[in-house]
Amino acid sequence: MVDTPLPQKDPSRLSLALQSDFVYQFKRSPVAVVSFVVALILVLGAVFAPLIAPFNPFDPASLNLMNGFSRPMTPNAFTGDSFWLGTDDQGRDVFSTILYGMRISLFVGAAAVLFAMVLGITLGLLAGYIGGWTETIIMRIADVQLTFPSILVAMLIFGIAKGVTPVEYRDQMAIWVLIIAIGLSDWVQFARVVRGATLVEKNKEYVAAAKLIGRTSPAIMLRHILPNVLSPVLVIATISLALAIIAEATLSFLGVGAPPTKPSLGTLIRIGQDFLFSGEWWILFFPAMTLLALALSVNLLGDWLRDALNPRLR
Amino acid sequence: MRGRFPLDPSARPLSAGRMLAYTIQRVFQSAIVLLVVGLVAFSMFRFVGDPIDNMLGQERTMEDVERLRAQLGLDQPFVVQYYKFLEGAVQGNFGVSFRQGRPVSEILLERAPATLELAAVSALLAISLGIALGVFTAIRRNGFGANVIMSASLIGVSLPTFLIGILLIYLFSVKLGWLPSFGRGDTVDIGSWTTGFLTSSGLRALILPSITLGLYQMTLIMRLVRSEMLEVLRQDYIRFARARGLRERAVNFRHALKNTLVPVITVTGLQLGSIIAFAIITETVFQWPGVGLLFINAIQFVDIPVMAAYLMLISVMFVGINLIVDMLYFAIDPRLRVDRTGGH
Repeated sequence: MVDTPLPQKDPSRLSLALQSDFVYQFKRSPVAVVSFVVALILVLGAVFAPLIAPFNPFDPASLNLMNGFSRPMTPNAFTGDSFWLGTDDQGRDVFSTILYGMRISLFVGAAAVLFAMVLGITLGLLAGYIGGWTETIIMRIADVQLTFPSILVAMLIFGIAKGVTPVEYRDQMAIWVLIIAIGLSDWVQFARVVRGATLVEKNKEYVAAAKLIGRTSPAIMLRHILPNVLSPVLVIATISLALAIIAEATLSFLGVGAPPTKPSLGTLIRIGQDFLFSGEWWILFFPAMTLLALALSVNLLGDWLRDALNPRLR
Repeated sequence: MRGRFPLDPSARPLSAGRMLAYTIQRVFQSAIVLLVVGLVAFSMFRFVGDPIDNMLGQERTMEDVERLRAQLGLDQPFVVQYYKFLEGAVQGNFGVSFRQGRPVSEILLERAPATLELAAVSALLAISLGIALGVFTAIRRNGFGANVIMSASLIGVSLPTFLIGILLIYLFSVKLGWLPSFGRGDTVDIGSWTTGFLTSSGLRALILPSITLGLYQMTLIMRLVRSEMLEVLRQDYIRFARARGLRERAVNFRHALKNTLVPVITVTGLQLGSIIAFAIITETVFQWPGVGLLFINAIQFVDIPVMAAYLMLISVMFVGINLIVDMLYFAIDPRLRVDRTGGH
């Protein structure tokens, strides 16, 4: 066949995506658009924190105790730059600490969900596809874990990990321990959904066809079944992200999470709580509002996604 | 609901024999779960940090180490040690707290009343207000008040517990100065139980923490009662009750509410365990001297015996509640009992 140039350009992948039903649904839902914009602004703020933040809160050279407890919108005693959201007890600019704190919150949340997702999908696929004893053991563990609230499981894992790591590494390891603890407390949802979907998919004809042409079990699970069970996983991942961000904030607030040297939003709220009684409300208020905006927007997006990906609800 | 007992109406009603078999099976499963949790707790004891290191100081001889090792039974096989640990745990012996140097069971007993009183008040609050508001929002389905309550409950669900606590402290302690922001207030000793119920400062101190702890469960119960109630109000027997000329109140409470209670009781039972677990957060916010605060401090200072004991205690509670709730189905719902349904 001769390759003749087409008179019109092929529609690019992007324009195809923009014309899709999914995007149409998205544009018609004001809640989805608003929460997407809010989440996007927050995520961009976190990613580009070093560029946006007017001060580097972790550079001791830029801190001055003379600037401590500045009210919002008051100027820096030395340079005259204004502290938009005020400063905390050590003279750190609250706006900057929030941007950097959001980085840690989002990173821990996203990494924990990713970890839970990989673990849950793997175990769910194995349980659903292989069945038998593998399934019984995996699902019994899931049942038992579900009996306990996930925040409790995360605390316990954090405590054990803290006991195992040597004292001098604890602060450095805290973030990674947090990710593993939250991830391990959250895999059950993924495993249950993937197992359920796999049980349905594995009896379909395309799986039988793949078996007939001699594909191996891992290949069938990963290349054929997995793509077909991903859409509920996507919904759970979004809602899990909101839950993971709140879980991280809760743990850090309780003092069993991100260390004060690398404060997440939860750590900032913990610090701010001490100053609430003396009237320095802004140290707590702005991190709390940011956390709320972040969790709520991601949560609402997840809710919308669940309805949008479920054709029965239209 | 989760993979618990099927409440499917088409399922065959259980005979007494099958009921017994089911009970035995559930008790057996619970025992296995507890054994596994015990293994986790024991492994924490045995492998997280060296118990010998924790007990002997820097200056020690090899003889000291050997003697203590034999004394603690650390030279015996793993299974024997595990058995000994379980034997101690059943008798309430969880070893000595690394941090406080006192027996863990003593510390736990001292702290338990604070948590139990807080949890009881919160549960009472959540159940009574949850059911009342649920019924209200179901009966006045499109009313203004019901809509406001439903929207408020959505915000309540998305707020993290600790922020609710801080918000209440800011409003009622810092701004208005009406209620204390931390601690239990004055307590009275009754035997080994310290209670805050008998003094006015103790009662005042209970208000904010119990609202914080109960709010989330309350919204859950409220939404559940509302949806169940809406379901029941559509049924034929409600229409007949109305047709018979029964008063609105009698229809709503004697007929409709009674039939929504089965799922409410089971979900509430399961939530009871969560209240104890979430008390950790509330107790930290309000510096409430209970078991949860003890647990958080134990994690911060890697006090393994306290962590292990808390884990065992809360597991017994969770597993026990699950078992009781499963059994309650039979007591509450006559449709599941063959001897009652057969006669009609």
